[in-house]
Amino acid sequence: MKRSILAPLVLACSLATLAGCGASGQEKIVVGEYGSLTGTDATFGGSTRDGVQVAWDELAAQGGKIGGLTVGEITPNDDEGKAEEAATAVQKIVNQDQAVAVIGEVASSRSLAAAPICQNAGVPMISPSSTNPEVTKQGDYIFRVCFLDDFQGWVMANFTAGNLKLKKVAILWDVKSDYSKGLKQYFTTAFTGMGGTIVGDQSYSSGDQDFRAQLTSLKAKNPEAIFVPGYYTEAGLIARQAREIGFKGPLLGGDGWESSKLIEIGGDAMNGCYYSNHWALDSPDTNLQHFVAEYKKKFNTDPDAIAGLAYDATRILFAAMQRLSTEDPKTFAGLSSKAAGTDLRKQATAKLRDMIAQTKNYPGATGQITIDANRNASKPAVVIQIKNGKKMFDTTTYPQSTPAS
Amino acid sequence: MKRLLITAATLAALVVVQMTIPRLVNPYVFQIIVLCGINVILAVSLNLINGFTGQFSIGHAGFMALGGYASAMFSLHVGKGWVAALTGAGVPAVVAQGAALLVALVLGGLLAAVAGYFVGLPSLRLRGDYLAIVTLGFGEIIRVLIINVDAVGAAQGLPGIPQWTNLFWIGLFVVAVILLSRNLAHSTHGRALFAIRDDEVAAEALGVNTTAYKVLAFVIGAFFAGVAGGLSAHFVSYLNPSSFTFLRSIEIVAMVVLGGLGSVTGATLAAIVLTVLPEALRSALAYRMVIYALMLIVLMITRPQGLLGNREFSWKAVRDRLSRRRATGPAT
Amino acid sequence: MTEFLQQLVNGITWGSVYALIALGYTMVYGILRLINFAHGDVYMLGAFFGYFLARWLAPAALPSGPEAILVLLVSMIGAGVVGFLIERLAYKPVRRSSRLAALITAIGVSLLLENGGILIFGPDPKFFPQIIPAHQFQLGAGVTISNQQVIVIVVSIALMLGLRFIVLYTRVGKAMRAVSYSHTAAALMGISVDRIITFTFVLGSMLAAAAGVLVAVQNPKIDPLMGIMPGLKAFVAAVLGGIGNIPGAVLGGLVMGIAEVMVVGYLSPTWRDAIAFILLIAILLFRPAGILGSNTAEKV
Repeated sequence: MKRSILAPLVLACSLATLAGCGASGQEKIVVGEYGSLTGTDATFGGSTRDGVQVAWDELAAQGGKIGGLTVGEITPNDDEGKAEEAATAVQKIVNQDQAVAVIGEVASSRSLAAAPICQNAGVPMISPSSTNPEVTKQGDYIFRVCFLDDFQGWVMANFTAGNLKLKKVAILWDVKSDYSKGLKQYFTTAFTGMGGTIVGDQSYSSGDQDFRAQLTSLKAKNPEAIFVPGYYTEAGLIARQAREIGFKGPLLGGDGWESSKLIEIGGDAMNGCYYSNHWALDSPDTNLQHFVAEYKKKFNTDPDAIAGLAYDATRILFAAMQRLSTEDPKTFAGLSSKAAGTDLRKQATAKLRDMIAQTKNYPGATGQITIDANRNASKPAVVIQIKNGKKMFDTTTYPQSTPAS
Repeated sequence: MKRLLITAATLAALVVVQMTIPRLVNPYVFQIIVLCGINVILAVSLNLINGFTGQFSIGHAGFMALGGYASAMFSLHVGKGWVAALTGAGVPAVVAQGAALLVALVLGGLLAAVAGYFVGLPSLRLRGDYLAIVTLGFGEIIRVLIINVDAVGAAQGLPGIPQWTNLFWIGLFVVAVILLSRNLAHSTHGRALFAIRDDEVAAEALGVNTTAYKVLAFVIGAFFAGVAGGLSAHFVSYLNPSSFTFLRSIEIVAMVVLGGLGSVTGATLAAIVLTVLPEALRSALAYRMVIYALMLIVLMITRPQGLLGNREFSWKAVRDRLSRRRATGPAT
Repeated sequence: MTEFLQQLVNGITWGSVYALIALGYTMVYGILRLINFAHGDVYMLGAFFGYFLARWLAPAALPSGPEAILVLLVSMIGAGVVGFLIERLAYKPVRRSSRLAALITAIGVSLLLENGGILIFGPDPKFFPQIIPAHQFQLGAGVTISNQQVIVIVVSIALMLGLRFIVLYTRVGKAMRAVSYSHTAAALMGISVDRIITFTFVLGSMLAAAAGVLVAVQNPKIDPLMGIMPGLKAFVAAVLGGIGNIPGAVLGGLVMGIAEVMVVGYLSPTWRDAIAFILLIAILLFRPAGILGSNTAEKV
């Protein structure tokens, strides 16, 4: 008898948890965040969470209020690194938590799955670090604070052909990553347009340990450099194994390389390599150094660029709220959790969207950010050289015109 | 005649559900209801293979991927045109979309069923764990295949799939797969499947065509997994190969095992519980998967037959129990 | 030709790692008829044990020979303990249930080790200290091999020979063979079946840990999910060679390693993960007993 009650009981309990998590009493501004806290991309979600946390803590230290309203603590929602889960997580943020704005995701595939939900609900979404051009094309409520892959690919191509004066480059890219594939294509287009040739094209799958086979094939084509538009997790090993089989030229990469682990894993093999990035930690820029110091105080390590971008995304959102509260306090009141579901809330999120869109020359930790007409961030990229086991700032490249997208 | 009436009543009920539920609940709860439906289809269809026939497939996500991608490609390249033509001719949009969706789902299901046939074939020679590894390998091969085909978006995924899935279609296939399973269980064919599960050699000695039945279970199971993939694709409107990993298959296996191998009721309930419970843990960070893993181990050690064993819910049993209680009085 | 020979060297190195992991699979399967899904995760744990010990021994990552041997031995012992615990706590209670229940338990243990690893070690990859710095040797004709590759191959061969000695020439090895033939008959002969099964698990786990450390020395990046794919592929290698057959596992591992590297080098690298399973399905269809296995009729 007991056992047959068990199943319906479990069912009832689980339904109750669903119904139970409505908005709680206190009046506040709810901001939602989603990211990959578990799964193979868990480091990205973790960095994003930490960057957002630093921004919120800073606000909390100053009283935690914008325009007289308390901003609720921003708790991350896990999407396990899966696209459908990202969609569900954002449904929860938008409809259950009744958030006024959403921060996330890192991976473009998950931002793409979640963007239509924010767009339909009229809730602004700011992606800290989805670099694929498609993301912000999903609608006028979707923003990002990082540069795009087409710009990044062009920056690296320009650097390779112009600064390094190399003509023959081989590519080793990650077939499982849409980011890697996009960056490879943009780099190829730009680099061949500048008179260079791609002499070899090989791929791997993220998580691989052994790249000697690909590198051996590539080396046989005698490239002057190898472009590795993947993540640091593999780039370090690739560098090591490339040196092992006797490849002497530089390895080139994109912002996926950014991590304190890169040089630890790659060791001496990384010397003489270059990658494009959102920031250079050795830059004296005060905003950057301020964030780095705050982050270090809290987490005891250097932040990666993903954390920096999450910090900037959150701060840009707070700044937009601040402006809304001074310019139009009446509409701003709609951001309160008390106004959830009303017409005033709809007007408020629409106005908030306009405020975010008007962001100009915002002094972020990752450089000056201006949101352009396509809701992308127009900002410079830096190229970092690895010298004697240290990441050294090499050049800054500004967008010449808005990249065609 | 009675059967016709029941069918009509079911369809009418589904239409009512589709008309009312989205208005009563917010989109988040609605999304969870839809996901529950999709997982029920997956779990009950896997139960046909793992529970009824006693084979062990851990490649259900592969069938789901095939069905999802096939139906999405159909809708993107053909279905959209049909809907445009039909609505142009004055057919209501819901009907036109439903018709196109049905064709897409059946196509996706059929492709998955064909794959199920070919995966089922080695099951003639392979038992238990070998078959498990082959199905796992099949799932991985499908995923690598998708990653390599640019026409379906490769690693970038396939965006922009029309959002045609609604509760009517989810409900229809949930009802279909549950009814099919239950009727199968009570038929000669179902008995043959159970016989294979309990003792394959004895079943063969009794004249059961084990080959045909084992493959049949795979084909039906794969068909519904394909349909579930299609429903999911037309709901999320985005497909990505990373959604169909080995872990997705394990999730479905966990549902079947938790409910009790062989129990349709168990698979249905477990699918709902395992869809809804994780929502409560969404901000409980990394503990989710650890709890999941522990649950599987503890369950296997303490109750290897699952929560419901192979019992089924039936109205008759409820009635019997109630009348028994009335007879003995409220003292119990 | 140079390229081909170089690929062959790469393939043999990678294959000997598969062979080491496959040995554990093959032994456990031979005795229990259970695919120990968690085996690949024990390989991961072995690498992590080595990581913590090496960091503790040499914070400045100063390399030395005895330390490297110590790291290898201690992580093997650590993994042996883990293997013991897994067997006693998870597998033994389900031994009398159906094989399906055992398989699901194995999957559960695997998920637990992976996700527990993410919780405890963190999801980000760790850098394995360089206990043996790399040197290159010229093999002639432009083909190079690193001392690390040589170490992987030499240690693998030594461990395999050691295992072969245990199984063929010791009392416990004889008991293992008896148990794999028939639990009941072995028990009637006075062999403690439980103890032999535990011993097999411990031995297999130690070999997996050795593989973990060897791979980490060569490719110094470890993370909690590193065991999934090598684990699955090593199982395929075991089946390829003939499951339950020790020389078969070694052969299967080498074939897998070389096949993978050749596919990457000459076909398309994206098929790397698929080739293992394509090979598996092919071998199961045409020679289900594996390359070195003998065909046996199924007992009723």
